Amino acid sequence: MQTKRMTFNSRWLPYALLAPQVIITLVFFVWPASQALWQSMLRQDPFGLRTTFVWFQNFERLFEDSHYLASMKTTLIFSVSTTLLSMSVALLFAVMVNRMIRSQNAYSTFLVWPYAVAPAIAGVLWWFIFNPSVGILPYILEGFGYDWNHRLDAGDAMILVVVAAAWKQISYNFLFFLAGLHSIPQSLVEAAAIDGASRTKRFWTIIFPLLSPTTFFLMVVNVVYAMFDTFGVIHATTEGGPAQATNILVYKVYRDGFVGNNLGSSAAQSVILMVIVIALTVVQFRWIERRVNY
Amino acid sequence: MARIVIDDLHKVYAGGVKAVTGVSLDIADGEMIVLVGPSGCGKSTLLRMVAGLETITNGTLTIGDRVVNDLEPADRDIAMVFQNYALYPHMTVRGNLAYGLKNRGVSKPDIERRVNEAAAMLEIADFLDRKPRALSGGQRQRVAMGRALVREPAAFLFDEPLSNLDAKLRVQMRVEIRQLQRRLRTTSLYVTHDQLEALTMADRLVVLNGGVIEQVGTPMDVYAKPASVFVAGFIGSPAMNMIDAGYLRDHGSMPAEMPSGTDIVGVRPDDLLLAKPEGPHLALQGTVALLEPAGAESHIYVTLDGNSAPLTVRVQGLPSVLEGQGVPLYAPLSALHPFNKASGKRTD
Repeated sequence: MQTKRMTFNSRWLPYALLAPQVIITLVFFVWPASQALWQSMLRQDPFGLRTTFVWFQNFERLFEDSHYLASMKTTLIFSVSTTLLSMSVALLFAVMVNRMIRSQNAYSTFLVWPYAVAPAIAGVLWWFIFNPSVGILPYILEGFGYDWNHRLDAGDAMILVVVAAAWKQISYNFLFFLAGLHSIPQSLVEAAAIDGASRTKRFWTIIFPLLSPTTFFLMVVNVVYAMFDTFGVIHATTEGGPAQATNILVYKVYRDGFVGNNLGSSAAQSVILMVIVIALTVVQFRWIERRVNY
Repeated sequence: MARIVIDDLHKVYAGGVKAVTGVSLDIADGEMIVLVGPSGCGKSTLLRMVAGLETITNGTLTIGDRVVNDLEPADRDIAMVFQNYALYPHMTVRGNLAYGLKNRGVSKPDIERRVNEAAAMLEIADFLDRKPRALSGGQRQRVAMGRALVREPAAFLFDEPLSNLDAKLRVQMRVEIRQLQRRLRTTSLYVTHDQLEALTMADRLVVLNGGVIEQVGTPMDVYAKPASVFVAGFIGSPAMNMIDAGYLRDHGSMPAEMPSGTDIVGVRPDDLLLAKPEGPHLALQGTVALLEPAGAESHIYVTLDGNSAPLTVRVQGLPSVLEGQGVPLYAPLSALHPFNKASGKRTD
């Protein structure tokens, strides 16, 4: 295919047009990232008076630190649960809305609204709902004989952050799933109906496989979201507690760096996170391009 | 193998749009019925009602001995071939063929045997393990056919199955579908907007317009004796010429034998002659507006003196007329089709 080529009259114009984006990337990504890289190999004394270059010692210590390894496990549980919960609920909503004819737009609008809520606000919202002393949910659960207290119980705390983090992401997933459902030709579903497949069978053998590119894309996006974008939710609800039970990696970076003042370790942790996010991005691009046509 | 009886079927959509109004049709066992009409005539809606993909607003539909109005598509014992083939893109050809059998709980060896039989019959055995996207248009069409016939249903429903193919392939598939249907003797309902497809494939032809049946008959009956102005214009290519009876009277060439109520006279392009025929005939005078050679035949567009719409004349080979030349035109009286303008119906 022939592509149309534009030529600029001035040699400098293309550079000038690219400059803003390049400058923003340099200032807000490359510079802090390299700072983190540099800092991850330094160690400061408790008063910040002396700094020593320690090579990879920060990393070595991290992988020997049982708290850090526990945080990795917590992050894994948290992100997998959040992804599963938000995606399955979103898929359920999308399938239900897709069946409607006239009210589709109205329902879509309502279901997308939560996405506009800031993570910290959502966190506070859930903080109130789940609050062991004044919250509505513990009150109801008490009626069923369950004593909810996420300040003491690690399991309760994990459920709280998973629900709070997933809730917002449902809107986003819903939109993609709905668009995915729209792009499945109606005649395929009709053909399957004639071929004797029940409604459930049609969903699992035709619709769900055809949604797989969307599902895969959302899975990566959701894992990235759960691992890196949920700082606000954690901060507003459990602050990593009780006893580190919800202290996911990205929150630990903040705790160790800005509360514990261990900048070297904090920087090393953020470098590890950077490597993870780069790996996820590579996986996303490689796989999605391969699987998009089934 | 089944007889299909469509009795006074109506379809009114939620918005109040009437797609089909009172269609009745008795399809014999093993018969190939072609529903033909312009887009929006209700032919696809009618087919989809038979398939069970659209609800029936009113009327009775019987397949075999069962009234199937309220049955799910799967329970009607029919198979459908879709316009866009509707092959499952994530399954291999084998998977596509086997899907309907699996859902019906056919045993594994039986599935294997029937898939292989169908694949052999349609010459798609070589690509059983490919995905649909790796197939050409014609091969996909065969797979879609295969998916219908492995099920060995009581009836085949075709929804414009050839309209996505190029012209050459369309002719080839048309012949193959017809041969296959003849061999299997499965009752078939075939929807198309292509009048040539309709003429060549049908045992009986049903011409639909505006949700009602205009005419039912064998292709040659419909061609030789169209029941209405609409059918006359729709079946046959180039379309039948319609001459206003008023014009003929003014020019003193209106035949006296025309039935009463005739105010349009139709004549097929083949029946307009440049040379005077034997026997009683209609004689006209016009000017050649355009000469269109089309290989074995040529189309001459002739503007009648004092009449703006040109008539189409079809002749064999290349005629020795020039554009702008005055020519006489003749038509045997036996070849004229008399119609009434107000009712749109044939008057004889």
